[in-house]
Amino acid sequence: METVATASLPCALFPRRGKGSPAAGGLASTRRFPYNESKRKCGAGKIAAKFELKPPPYSLDALEPHISQETMSYHWGKHHRGYVEGLNNQIVGTELESMDLEDIISRTYNKGNILPPFNNAAQIWNHDFFWESMNPKGGGKPSGSLLELIERDFGTFEKFTQRFITAASTQFGSGWVWLAYKANRLDVENAVNPCPSEEDKKLVVVKSPNAVNPLIWDYSPLLTIDVWEHAYCLDFQSRRNDYISTFMEKLVSWEVVSNRLEMAKARAAEREREEERRKQEEEHGSTPGDNEATEMYLDSESDESEAE
Amino acid sequence: MALRTVFSRRTLASLRSGLSSSVTPTGTRSLVTFSLPDLPYDYGALEPAISGEIMQLHHQKHHQTYVTNYNKALEQLEEASNKGDAPAVVKLQSAIKFNGGGHINHSIFWQNLAPVHEGGGEPPKGSLGWAIDEHFGSLEALVSKMNAEGAALQGSGWVWLGLDKELKKLVVDTTPNQDPLVTKGPLIPLIGIDVWEHAYYLQYKNVRPDYLKNIWKVISWKNASKNL
Repeated sequence: METVATASLPCALFPRRGKGSPAAGGLASTRRFPYNESKRKCGAGKIAAKFELKPPPYSLDALEPHISQETMSYHWGKHHRGYVEGLNNQIVGTELESMDLEDIISRTYNKGNILPPFNNAAQIWNHDFFWESMNPKGGGKPSGSLLELIERDFGTFEKFTQRFITAASTQFGSGWVWLAYKANRLDVENAVNPCPSEEDKKLVVVKSPNAVNPLIWDYSPLLTIDVWEHAYCLDFQSRRNDYISTFMEKLVSWEVVSNRLEMAKARAAEREREEERRKQEEEHGSTPGDNEATEMYLDSESDESEAE
Repeated sequence: MALRTVFSRRTLASLRSGLSSSVTPTGTRSLVTFSLPDLPYDYGALEPAISGEIMQLHHQKHHQTYVTNYNKALEQLEEASNKGDAPAVVKLQSAIKFNGGGHINHSIFWQNLAPVHEGGGEPPKGSLGWAIDEHFGSLEALVSKMNAEGAALQGSGWVWLGLDKELKKLVVDTTPNQDPLVTKGPLIPLIGIDVWEHAYYLQYKNVRPDYLKNIWKVISWKNASKNL
């Protein structure tokens, strides 16, 4: 499965792309979500590494008075930490040990026949994504191409907000609600759209239960809210709707969401180009050579570029 | 009794059915509505196993919301059924399952808890006691198994001791979200433990295993025997 060797090369060769930074260098991998790489400790020459608990991009009391420090100390310090430690224990001595988080998620989702590490892996990803979706001075309205797309696909920003809030309050049980960019995928799982058009590259609001996230449907998540009770019951008790409104009005970081949209669009465009390339190669009967992007990636001074 | 200023259940029910019964042109039956059952003990009576704060929120907010939304969904279902609106009927199913299940499960839950001075925590006797020893080896083994399954349940749900009516044996099972035990087979719920976070978080935070360990001190085996 690995053609782009990001997962197999020692991390020293590849500077980590910053969180939320625009896709740099045009090397938008067709399978990577560059905005959520968990830190890994790299052993000397060996790839197997443990995941680390990444802190939110603000202090634990920074979201007060909306989300209390107490909630954050449990939510991040206990729950999120528990998922990280749990996954590290589960992957020891397995093929998962050398895989990136998103590959673990995909592998252990196992087309719906979920394997035990999935819950921990997906919850790590989900929580990283959630912290980064918020900002102590968040809220307000998006602007630019994000707002344009929201207005195109939902009518108005207010209608989008309403739909998001309704979804969040009707996710029965534990789970997450997402704004996602669905490029060229049909609505049923991640089936490929046979007649893609610009209109198909659209924004959707989706709900997911427990640890599931839109990566498994091959969507690009842009924003999420955690509606597991532990996310809000200390501060809001049973009042989930108050929690959701507060999140929308005071905490959403539209800047981060916009950046994610740009990366998602770039990723979709890159994928289209690759599919076009592949189709042409098939039509002209030429042997499919190495992916050009891969060669660029591997073009480093180190001998290890030969290893796969 | 829990301190609430309400009508007696009967008065309330008759008020409700008076207000909400709709006699259709064909004179068919009126809609049955559900109401929040009273707790057979005060909110603080299960302390220290379960705090009064949790009991009050759990009963007055969470369970009440299930009841309210269940009634609303049933009303909408009746309207849709009468109109022959199949899409609307189908769309309502998840709300009915969730809220109806929530009402069923919590009604069972309150009954299968009891203050210590009313028998909470007392080990099962008689035929239930023997059946447990026979199927699980010992009460400790059963508790251990239920605690393990309750702790392992991902997300929200319930862990149950049930009686399989057909096979005539005891089973331990879990259900997700608010699915009642009947959805898993011909099972009669004997003991149900709520492992939604709202059932324990304010007191035990993320340590669900501690909640599970402690709740057995207020489980009513007497009540479970009644259903056997």
